[in-house]
Amino acid sequence: MLLRVDGRTVYAYTGARPRVPSQPTIVFLHGAAQDHGVWAWQSRYFAHHARNVLAVDLPGHGRSDGPVLASVEAIAEWMPTLLDAANATTATLVGHSLGALAALQCAAMHPSRVERIALIGPAAPMTVSDDLLDAARRDDHAAYEMINGWSFSPARQLGGNAVPGLWMTGNSMRLMERSAPGALAADLTACHAYTNGLAAAAAVRCPALVVIGRRDIMAPPKNAAALIAALPGARVVELRLSGHSLMTEEPDAVLDALRAFVP
Amino acid sequence: MAKPRGTHLDTLSLHAGARPDPATGARATPIYQSASFVFEDTDHAAALFDMARPGYVYSRISNPTCAVLEERIAALEGGVGAIATASGQAALHLALVTLLSAGSHVVASRALYGGSHNLLDYTLPRFGIETTFVDARDQDGWRAAIRPETRLLFGESLGNPGLDVLDVPRIAALAHDHGLPLLVDSTFTTPYLMQPFVHGADLVFHSATKFLSGHGVVIGGLLVDSGQFDWNEARARSKFPTLTEPYRGFHDMVFAEESSTAAFLLRARREGIRDFGACMAPFTAFQILQGIETLPLRMARHVENARRVVEFLVAHPLVAAVGYPELETHPDHALAARLLPKGCGAVFSFELKGTRAQGRTFIESLRLFSHLANVGDAKSLVIHPASTTHYRMSADELAKAGIAEGTIRLSIGLEHPDDLIEDLSRALYAAGKAA
Repeated sequence: MLLRVDGRTVYAYTGARPRVPSQPTIVFLHGAAQDHGVWAWQSRYFAHHARNVLAVDLPGHGRSDGPVLASVEAIAEWMPTLLDAANATTATLVGHSLGALAALQCAAMHPSRVERIALIGPAAPMTVSDDLLDAARRDDHAAYEMINGWSFSPARQLGGNAVPGLWMTGNSMRLMERSAPGALAADLTACHAYTNGLAAAAAVRCPALVVIGRRDIMAPPKNAAALIAALPGARVVELRLSGHSLMTEEPDAVLDALRAFVP
Repeated sequence: MAKPRGTHLDTLSLHAGARPDPATGARATPIYQSASFVFEDTDHAAALFDMARPGYVYSRISNPTCAVLEERIAALEGGVGAIATASGQAALHLALVTLLSAGSHVVASRALYGGSHNLLDYTLPRFGIETTFVDARDQDGWRAAIRPETRLLFGESLGNPGLDVLDVPRIAALAHDHGLPLLVDSTFTTPYLMQPFVHGADLVFHSATKFLSGHGVVIGGLLVDSGQFDWNEARARSKFPTLTEPYRGFHDMVFAEESSTAAFLLRARREGIRDFGACMAPFTAFQILQGIETLPLRMARHVENARRVVEFLVAHPLVAAVGYPELETHPDHALAARLLPKGCGAVFSFELKGTRAQGRTFIESLRLFSHLANVGDAKSLVIHPASTTHYRMSADELAKAGIAEGTIRLSIGLEHPDDLIEDLSRALYAAGKAA
């Protein structure tokens, strides 16, 4: 589905299902230099189980017009306009990495629009290494290689995909290579610069789910601990085999965590 | 934080896609010889059928042993995924029917395996798909052959049997200038000698019967997607409705919306393998996996032996010419040095001087070389293309494909090179005496 948001075109995957006004809405928010496709299994499942799904390509990503929104706060402020464009009053926000920070910030800033949040692979702070930031700012392919090397658990680096016939790290690499010049640097800078995570968590009043990968190097579980402590009554699911690419590494486990959380 | 380093081809050949079996701990990849797989409950069953959960339903669509092989070849080629097929011919067919419909057109190199030529030139026109064949080296010819209804450019990394080297970077650039993908048959080179995706190709297929399995014991094919071609790009979008428009045969799925990187494979599996059914058997996948484990070792030896045999034949008085791109006399020598720095494979042809009868005497005098229709075996092989693999082609077509009456094709195996040279020497002597 193509939406017009703030005068710009935004693509949102809906599972090829028309919007049904009586159904609840779930918005999926991807991470740095990715697109809606990272939610393939989770978004399609809910689209075919009585939810309106909007797995968006964030501005400047995938098929959505640019420019890239330059901060977590900017994405959070953009979210209500997205919901308006989709005729959704409220929604559950499911975010991964950068998308998780945006969902968190949006829930804190716009509580009347957010029913619940599911944060996949979050951290506060979400520090990005100097080497990675520098490579991303140069649009150096080495940045993609670093992310791929750090985003999958050691076992998953060699495959064993739950999805028959797809090579996880190859798919991830190709997706990043498709991102617009500067998009990765902007996204990583937004993650690195976001300092409001714990304050936002303390302000959240809706139900929250946090899903972390025990083998995550990009957003280590220890960096999520304070965030989890600050989120009142957060449900926490730890995936034993996952790194930072949880939806790809353990798609069923992420889906099951969401199914148990989303009414 | 230490910077990650990419995994080497040798290691991927052994490990990619595989892990100790979660049920038993078996280190080797188990052969999942099961037609179908039990659902956990009705919701799980419905989700599998709906592509709302990953998993296995029926081995025609996907199988856990085949999936390991599919991941492995995708890793070796640098792609996003692959589909294992019943044969290399089935892999080519799957690629074509996923993208083409009646009225579509292909531009293909003239230097093709006879089976590929049969499919494109004789069979597919019956289904409304036409092909224009061009000289692999004629860049202008490729360009001139592209029509509004062209949907694919296709060639072999090393053309059969004259070893024309496909200029993948230039042909890929030409294809992309026209919003078209390039498909490469990489059977002769394998990812050990060339990774066509690095040079811009979009799709690759293999007859895994050859060097990948390596021992002449199975028939199988592999179709690999680079994930690089943008099916949603403005010029491509209207050309490939199988990927960019709702598919009534699968919940109105728009494959290019499901995934920006793996749309081609989704359609190929959800339609092509499902409906045409040319799937690989799990035991075949197991045998090909066994072969790939030693691919880097075998390919290095294949090339080393081929170089020794080429050197011998070039110097022999009964040999008129040897077609091997590492020789300066080969028209693609410079291109091969650029695209194939590790070697030009182990299949090549040479011209025998003398009569057709002398050619027959040569082949029948060989003891180590087996006279048969295959290549890429651990054992050395020989064949006379004009009377076998390419016999359906006219004299004119044969000439254009670089095949003469005296052309003999060799596939150099893993025997000791001195023994191979002795065998060839004896057969050439016998051919000389038969004059």
